[in-house]
Amino acid sequence: MRYLLKRLGFYLVAAWAAVTINFFLPRLMPGDPATALFARFKGKLAPEAIDALRATFGLTEGPLWSQYLTYLSHVLRGEMGVSIAYFPAPVSQVIGTALGWTLFLAGSAVVLSFVIGSLLGVAAAWWRRGWVDTWLPSALVFAGALPYFWLAMAALYLFGFQLGWFPLGHAYADDSVPGWTLAFAVDVLRHAALPMFTIVLATLGGWLLSMRNTMISVLGSDYVNLARAKGLSPARVVLRYAARNALLPSVTSFGMALGFVLGGSLLTEIVFSYPGQGYLLVQAVRNQDYPLMQGIFLVITLAVLGANWVVDLVYLWLDARTRDSAS
Amino acid sequence: MPEPLLSIRDLCVDYVTARGHVRAVDSLNLDVMPGEILGVAGESGSGKSTLAQAILRTLPPPAVISRGTVRFEGRDLLELSEDELQKLRWKRISMVFQSAMDALNPVTTIGEQITDTIRAHENVSQAVADRRAGELLERVGIAADRRRSFAHQLSGGMRQRVGIALALALEPALVILDEPTTALDVIVEREILEQIRELQRQLGFAVMFITHDLARMLEFSDRVAVFYAARLAEAGPSKDMTTDPAHPYTRGLLKAFPRVHGAREELASIPGSPPSLQNPPAGCRFHPRCTQAVASCATDTPLLREVRPGHWAACPFAK
Amino acid sequence: MSAPDFARGNGLAAWALAIRRDRKALAGASLLGLFALVAVVGPWVAGDPTALVGIPLQAPSAAHWLGTNGQGQDVLTQLIVGTRVSLALGFIVGLLVVLIGALVGVTAGYFGGRVDGALSVFSNVFLVLPGMPLAIVIAAYLPSGPFTVGLVLVVTGWAWNARVLRSQALALRRRDFVAAAIVAGESDFRILMAEILPNMMSVLVAQVIGSTVYAIGAQVGLEFLGLGDVSRVTWGTMLYWAQNDSALLTGSWWTFVPAGLCVALVGFALTLLNSGFDEITNPRLQLERFWRVHLIRRGQLPGRSTPVVREHA
Repeated sequence: MRYLLKRLGFYLVAAWAAVTINFFLPRLMPGDPATALFARFKGKLAPEAIDALRATFGLTEGPLWSQYLTYLSHVLRGEMGVSIAYFPAPVSQVIGTALGWTLFLAGSAVVLSFVIGSLLGVAAAWWRRGWVDTWLPSALVFAGALPYFWLAMAALYLFGFQLGWFPLGHAYADDSVPGWTLAFAVDVLRHAALPMFTIVLATLGGWLLSMRNTMISVLGSDYVNLARAKGLSPARVVLRYAARNALLPSVTSFGMALGFVLGGSLLTEIVFSYPGQGYLLVQAVRNQDYPLMQGIFLVITLAVLGANWVVDLVYLWLDARTRDSAS
Repeated sequence: MPEPLLSIRDLCVDYVTARGHVRAVDSLNLDVMPGEILGVAGESGSGKSTLAQAILRTLPPPAVISRGTVRFEGRDLLELSEDELQKLRWKRISMVFQSAMDALNPVTTIGEQITDTIRAHENVSQAVADRRAGELLERVGIAADRRRSFAHQLSGGMRQRVGIALALALEPALVILDEPTTALDVIVEREILEQIRELQRQLGFAVMFITHDLARMLEFSDRVAVFYAARLAEAGPSKDMTTDPAHPYTRGLLKAFPRVHGAREELASIPGSPPSLQNPPAGCRFHPRCTQAVASCATDTPLLREVRPGHWAACPFAK
Repeated sequence: MSAPDFARGNGLAAWALAIRRDRKALAGASLLGLFALVAVVGPWVAGDPTALVGIPLQAPSAAHWLGTNGQGQDVLTQLIVGTRVSLALGFIVGLLVVLIGALVGVTAGYFGGRVDGALSVFSNVFLVLPGMPLAIVIAAYLPSGPFTVGLVLVVTGWAWNARVLRSQALALRRRDFVAAAIVAGESDFRILMAEILPNMMSVLVAQVIGSTVYAIGAQVGLEFLGLGDVSRVTWGTMLYWAQNDSALLTGSWWTFVPAGLCVALVGFALTLLNSGFDEITNPRLQLERFWRVHLIRRGQLPGRSTPVVREHA
């Protein structure tokens, strides 16, 4: 329990850091922040939009600390200002509708990639110098070196435009009726398949190599040696003794890789016009919609921190040692 | 004379390295009789632990067995297929590792590690295997409900007892103890050795007890074999060995030892240090440290001779 | 030779050895050498990448080997000229993140205590904040261009290195030769410079290589979003224009395939170099290698049990 509270404390610090970065960024711009920021929007925006923007960043007449407190209280209440690109919709509302799609796409892709990659890593360590160990890692490392969005473009071009196997973008067909129906679920999966495939392909190699390398060192440990000496079946030695232990470091890096993968998947969304955070992000960048951009950063940060906390729970469940040292 | 349970002849085990082979066990001949306790002593790096895992053929790379036979219950273990080895392991020969902390799987309960062993060799239900795991733990003085514990939740002595319970799970004919008490304090060590002897009397299995603590071993074993730099220096009955050791190395060791019960010292109390196996001296490997060495010791490899009935030594001057 | 001894001393010498001994490392180094050559001489020989040479979106032909882009510029010329900025920025960012990572990580690991506590929380926070969105937010406030891209990548990329180097420094701190230097009363600065850093050389080199892979990939991503200087020719801006000019809709694959492949090839070459190095410095893999060769020469395949390979007496 103490372990989880400690981790929770750390995530609160991280969330606070994200909010603080958000607060100070506009103020770190050269010159007077307010003037510099609003000079960009002169003529482009209605006066009431500029007023909303001012309120968002707490750019009032008061001293810095009071501005900071105002900003913090806004964020705590979930108020992240008004979007410029989607004026006058509040940022929280714009992000809210898109958040589910991002979590669905990136979340499933990350879990899928971790599971498949780790299994392949076990296989590679098991059949050392077999084709799983020699060719597959190299091929996947090459795939991993391709930018996510490029892989997305290539897949969309090949399987979407040329072969016509998959839809060309969006989360579901225009004539599909959203709801908890089988038809809609199938449609959503059909649309998610290609973007998910490209994210999985880009990240598979990392999990494979990390699992393979830990497996190789775990296979040399005393407890694996004892398991062999006990006359257990090779499958049990490898899965229950070696892989079960080798999984632990991979789970730790899983938490740390989440933010990285999510960042890449945002770009994938753009290519597939998938209606998630990535799509919003590109709109925000094009329209210099700072409130939206910062809101997205904040929400994604919170999602990553939350996911990390879940990973901590999983780790505790997997490793009795951490469970005990914490209590 | 009864048939030996385990009979090792001319066994050589090598480690394959970038700079050629390193022979960790060199031309070893050794028998283990049914129901006896055979002690195997030697300094660290003398090849005694390599021997333990070579018998079960579980030595990890880069080890290879390059010569010899290991006959056990009428079969040569070096000729068995993977499947035959898997069936024989633990069922007939089991082992207690040096550090139970490292040898127990840290992420599963100790009960599960006992039951999976039972179920790998016998067609019994999980419930039966689990009950037997509890009984085994009680047999070594651990409460049966501790089988739900993980290795890190037990004390060092308890972990080593779990290792012993595990080794006895299938009532094997031979139990190899690979320095089972090095990590423990003297009192716990004594308790555990007593317990092993008690169990051995009840169940009648043979023991190969590997240690670097010669004094402890002489007290505990029926027969003793002393290793020096990958080779056997001397082997004989413990009593005979204690009163009248034949090899200068053994004599040096015993002299260096205070014969006080409970005192604990390492073997390295003879001047000089054991040679590197990468580049061992020619002739008798002990000659650079031997007080009685003559010129021929540096060139001729001494052969094992039976100096007294059942007492062998690899020294031309032994009597 | 044990692993720490191997790692001790000149990291570059160990690399040279890896390249000579390991096929993978050699392949990686050769590929990388080729790209470096293009980066150095390319812009002088390729001509003006922004010149309008023909009709937009022409498929590859004898005149334009990789076709023309949406503006009617030659894709191959752009690819060659873009190599320099893309690679240079990648390597500079790769070096800088390791430098900052070393500064933070080694300080934390060496001094321990409260310094370590504070620096560890600091770098762990940066590690857990999602890098790409943060980079985008910062970059959006700054004037677009390679300097901005480089800056945000350094800000968002150093933490991983700090984490790894901290544990390295922590391990070295416990080694005898460092303990001896501390007892001898040498200054912390001298110990860090003369004992700790030289012993981490091979890790540092491996990190620079790994970070460069990250930097090139992330840089291309940011430029693809339009956060780079879109009037300058780099691999990233090529992809930005390909997307903007609807390369997919018009089926003009040649406008985006070459740049992406080049990014991947550079990343792949660097990764090969790193894994080749791991093969020869990882003592376990090294040990197994000779064992395997010995077995295979005697016509045996490595199995699960200790092999019996009889000597020819």
